[in-house]
This record gives sequence, C-alpha cells and structure tokens, in this order.
Amino acid sequence: MASVTLRDVRKTYPGGFEAIKGIGFEIPDGQFCVLVGPSGCGKSTLLRMVAGLETVTSGEVDIGGRVVNQVEPADRDIAMVFQNYALYPHMTVYNNMAYGLRNRGMAKDEIDTRVREAAQTLELATMLDRKPRQLSGGQRQRVAMGRAIVRQPKVFLFDEPLSNLDAKLRVAMRVEIRKLQRRLKTTSIYVTHDQLEAMTLADILVVMNGGVVEQIGSPLDIYSKPKTTFVASFIGAPPMNLIKLRDDALSASVRATGAGILGVRPEDLVLADAAPDGGIALDLTVDTIERVGAETYVYGSRAGREAAVSTTPGELPEGEMIVRIPGLEAPAIGAHIRAVAPRAKLHLFSADGRSRIES
Amino acid sequence: MVEHRRWNDIVAYLILTLGVLLVVFPVYVALIASTHDAATVVNGNMPMTPGSHTWDNYYRAIFVGGSRASREPVGHMLINSFVMAMGIALGKILISILSAYAVVYFRFPFRQTAFWIIFITLMLPVEVRIYPTYKVIADLKMLDSYAGLILPLIASATGTLLFRQFFMTIPDELLEASRIDGAGPYRFFKDTLLPLSVTTMAALFVIQFIYGWNQYLWPLLITTQDSMQTIVTGIKKMLTTTDELAEWQLAMATAILAMLPPVAVVIFMQRLFVRGLVETEK
Repeated sequence: MASVTLRDVRKTYPGGFEAIKGIGFEIPDGQFCVLVGPSGCGKSTLLRMVAGLETVTSGEVDIGGRVVNQVEPADRDIAMVFQNYALYPHMTVYNNMAYGLRNRGMAKDEIDTRVREAAQTLELATMLDRKPRQLSGGQRQRVAMGRAIVRQPKVFLFDEPLSNLDAKLRVAMRVEIRKLQRRLKTTSIYVTHDQLEAMTLADILVVMNGGVVEQIGSPLDIYSKPKTTFVASFIGAPPMNLIKLRDDALSASVRATGAGILGVRPEDLVLADAAPDGGIALDLTVDTIERVGAETYVYGSRAGREAAVSTTPGELPEGEMIVRIPGLEAPAIGAHIRAVAPRAKLHLFSADGRSRIES
Repeated sequence: MVEHRRWNDIVAYLILTLGVLLVVFPVYVALIASTHDAATVVNGNMPMTPGSHTWDNYYRAIFVGGSRASREPVGHMLINSFVMAMGIALGKILISILSAYAVVYFRFPFRQTAFWIIFITLMLPVEVRIYPTYKVIADLKMLDSYAGLILPLIASATGTLLFRQFFMTIPDELLEASRIDGAGPYRFFKDTLLPLSVTTMAALFVIQFIYGWNQYLWPLLITTQDSMQTIVTGIKKMLTTTDELAEWQLAMATAILAMLPPVAVVIFMQRLFVRGLVETEK
C-alpha cells in the first residue's frame, strides 16, 4: 500500500519531442486514478514512467515515499496489465502467474497458494493448465490481471487493459476491476482513452492533453465544472456544445464575465419556445436523429444569422449542435426547433478556451 | 475459391506424377546399381530389377572400402560428415541466436553498423573467401580436424537475419512484462525467447544440416588424410581411377548411404516443424 507522487515530471525523447511537459500530482494510498486523454497525449508514457519502462528526463516519481527514478521496474513493487495482455504464449496460465514470483525466489508453497487464490478470485481455477491461446479474450485478460494480483504489489498499473475486448465484455470487466480494486485497496493507475471508463472507474480523474494535465479532480467535479474547453468536450458523451461568442453581440450578463466561449451540455438543452430568464435559446434545423433507446440525440445546425441575432446571449457562429431528449419522441429531419437552456446550466470559458469563468 | 473439375485434377496429377518419376528415376537407378556386382553394372545392360549383391556391396562400402588399399570405408566418412553437418547446424544456431539477440534487444554503440557488417557477409560465401579462410585455418593448425571443417562454415549471416526477423515480430510488451516480472536479460532469453524460437531453430537446423552435409569444396581443400574425409568428397574419389574400372556398385551404394541422413533429418524435423508452427503463438 502506498501513495504515488509525481513531481514536475518531464519526458523528452532523443529526437527532441517533449511528450510530458511537467506534470505533478499525488495519488493517495488506495485510490483509483484514471489518466484519460486522446491518443498521443502522453498518458501511456506517463504510466510507463511510473512503471520504469521509460526513463524520466527530469522530475521525480515517488512510490510510497521512495523516489524510484533509477529503480528497475522489477524492484518498484508495481504490477502492470498491458493492453495486449503480454502473456507468455508458451507458458500455462499457472506459470504465467507464477513466473514473476519464481524470479523473486519465493517459496514454492507460497507461490502455489497465491496463484490458486488469485485463480479462484478470477474464476480461472479450471484453466490453470491451459496455454493462453486456448483462452478467450476475456479469460486472457483475467490471466493478465491474475499475474498482477499474485504479486501483491504496492501499485497496479493498467495500460488500456479493456480496449481489446468487445463492448459487452468491456463493461463487465470494468465492473470487476473496480470491485477487485475496492477489495484489495491497492493504489491503481489506469490509462484509457474511453471517457466512460474514466468516469466510472476513477476516484481521481486526470484529463491530459498534449503532454500536460488539463484538469485533476473527482469525475463528477470535472463533469460539472470543466476547467477548459478541451475537458468540456472530452468528458461527457455526446460532447458539450461549444459556441464562440462575438464580443459585440454578447448579452450584458455574459459580457460582464469576459467569456469568449459558451458551452452547454446536450442533456441540459430542452425543446421549448422561450428561453428561461438569462438563458439561451438556439434555433436549429434538424440534420440527423440518433435513437439509442432510452434517449434520442438530435443533431441540428444553427439557423441563419437573422434568427441567431434574436437569441440570447447574442449572435453565435454557425456550427452543429447536439440536443439530448429523453425517450424516442423526436422532431422530423429538416424540422425547425428551438432548444433552450437556463443560465445556471451554461459553462463560460475565456476566448482561448484555457480557463473557466465562474459566473 | 478453387474450383474442382475432374479433368483439371487428372491433368494436374499426371504432370505431378511425371515430375516425380523424372526426379526419382536416377535415384532408382542408383539404388538398383548398388545391388548388382561390378560386372553387371559396367556391361552396359544393367537390369532394372534388384540384384543379389545388396548385402555384399553395402557391407563392403561401409566397413571394408574398395579394392584399392588407399580407399577408406564409407562408415567412417559417414561419421565425419555427420559430425561436420551437426557441428555446422548447431554452431550456427548458437551464434545466430545470440548475435540476433544482441542486435535486436540491446542498445550499444554501432549496433546498426554491427548488424550491417553481419549482413554484408552474406555476399561472401566460402567459395569467395576461400584463400584467406584457408590461410587462417592453416595458421591455426586446424587442417584435418573437425574444428577446421566446421568453424569457417558456421560464420555467416543467414541465421542471424532469420532470428532477427523473428525477434522483431515478438511484441515489446513481452519484454516489458518480463522486466516487471523480474527477469533480467539472461532469464528473458532463456525463459521466453528460446521457447518461442523452437520452430525457427528447427527450420534453421534443417537448412544448415543439409548445407553442411553437402559441402564439397571446403572439405576437399582442408582434408588431406583419408580418415578426415567426408562422404561427399569420398564419392568423388571413388570414381577417379587411373588404370582400373571404377567400382560403380560401391559408388552407388555410397551415394544411397549419403542420401539417407539428410532425408531422415527432413522427415524427422518436418514433424517437429509443423507441430511447432501449430502450437506457438505470439
């Protein structure tokens, strides 16, 4: 059990590419931290630096109060689950799990106990003599988890462990990982590009982009108060609608805040005739309808400039908007609709999108 | 999709059968010749059915040798050839897998240069570098020895390239998982790379065993004593006679004997080869 602390960690590759541009945060003991971001944002690199598979250019990686920059991966007391599982193809399930323990010179009985216990937990007990190729994707994933569990490490590292599974299995495994982590209370770092996984798994959510941390916090905090437009559009599905505001056309109440960009989540928009006080009303022409069962997403483009002028809070540039409406009732394609949102549901950002403006 | 038509099949099988007959016929003639006595073989009307001297011919070929005193029995040559072919095959696997391991998994200065130098040796087979190689072996006093027969033929790039290509298909995560599991370079090699390489090793073994077995020029050059001769050079010597008839029946028996080990290797290793292909998965 240990906390993980990063202090101004940087990674520059020999070619000069700066993958991690100074990241520092702390994950308290026993917490589940999820690193989320688009491809190439540096989240995997950061995880691999914690694992010791990548060198740290500058800064400190601290596991349980010990700076491990120069420590071999095997001696960091961590265990990692890889995206493609990285099981040893020629070893049985049992040996896959036992290999790391044997290398540490653990007693045979102890290894046996641990492996069988882990197999029990992961429902692999009947498959210990099989080779990885005789297992399904989900089972392989469990073996990879088992290999991590038997080590009883201070920290679990997950590198997109579910992205090779089909959608249904992914949800099931996601729940299992969370349960397992709660039970073992092992500090975990989990990398994913799937914002849904991130939201559901995390105690601490770290949203990354371009080698920097955009925002750290609890998933709900981040969802309800995104600090930047990047976070606003990355967290939440479908993404938040973002509308650039023109200075000369801002409504007085919004202009006073100095906001340049206005955001509103699809689920906060309702179809109505009039905008609530201080809120916005958007006139849209319906382009596409997506029915997912419990709800329906309406994709619309903003109506012409004349219509836009009349809406609060001012003229908005053209752009596609998404409105989420509950149930299956939806307007026809081509229909003109008006979507409104109250003032309290609006997110305001500075013109460059880098900071949130509280109103 | 392959379409099945009766006439296509018949034509295909006809051509295949013709091809097989064409290839097998000389072997068959050799086999028949090795069962007759010398007179029957040389009189120009050799029968196409086995004769009655099989046991006699093979016994003489293996244990006694030809009628001339200088000729070695084939049994000894078979052992020499076997040692040489095994030495080349195993030695090559050993140095190839180690050098490929170094080139693929270790970062050291001039790694690429080292690889290209190994690569370039592909263009220098024994025949091209025969004089300097002979000089080196002679200076090392390895003439007429197994070491002299084996060592110069071990050093070439094919094996290294083969293993390099194979290692590059092994996902990096396997190495990383090993590192996290506490396996150092030696353990990773022994516990992961070697077991995964079994098929590649089997393939290389087959190729190199036959390559070593069939060597003619090099053994001819560096062996002067009859006791170090290999069977391939031995066959040739049986036929170079000055004032008497070549003992064709013995030469043919020797040729058949010379064919057996490579055939055995192919048949035996092929099974391992296929099994390995089916069983390993990266």
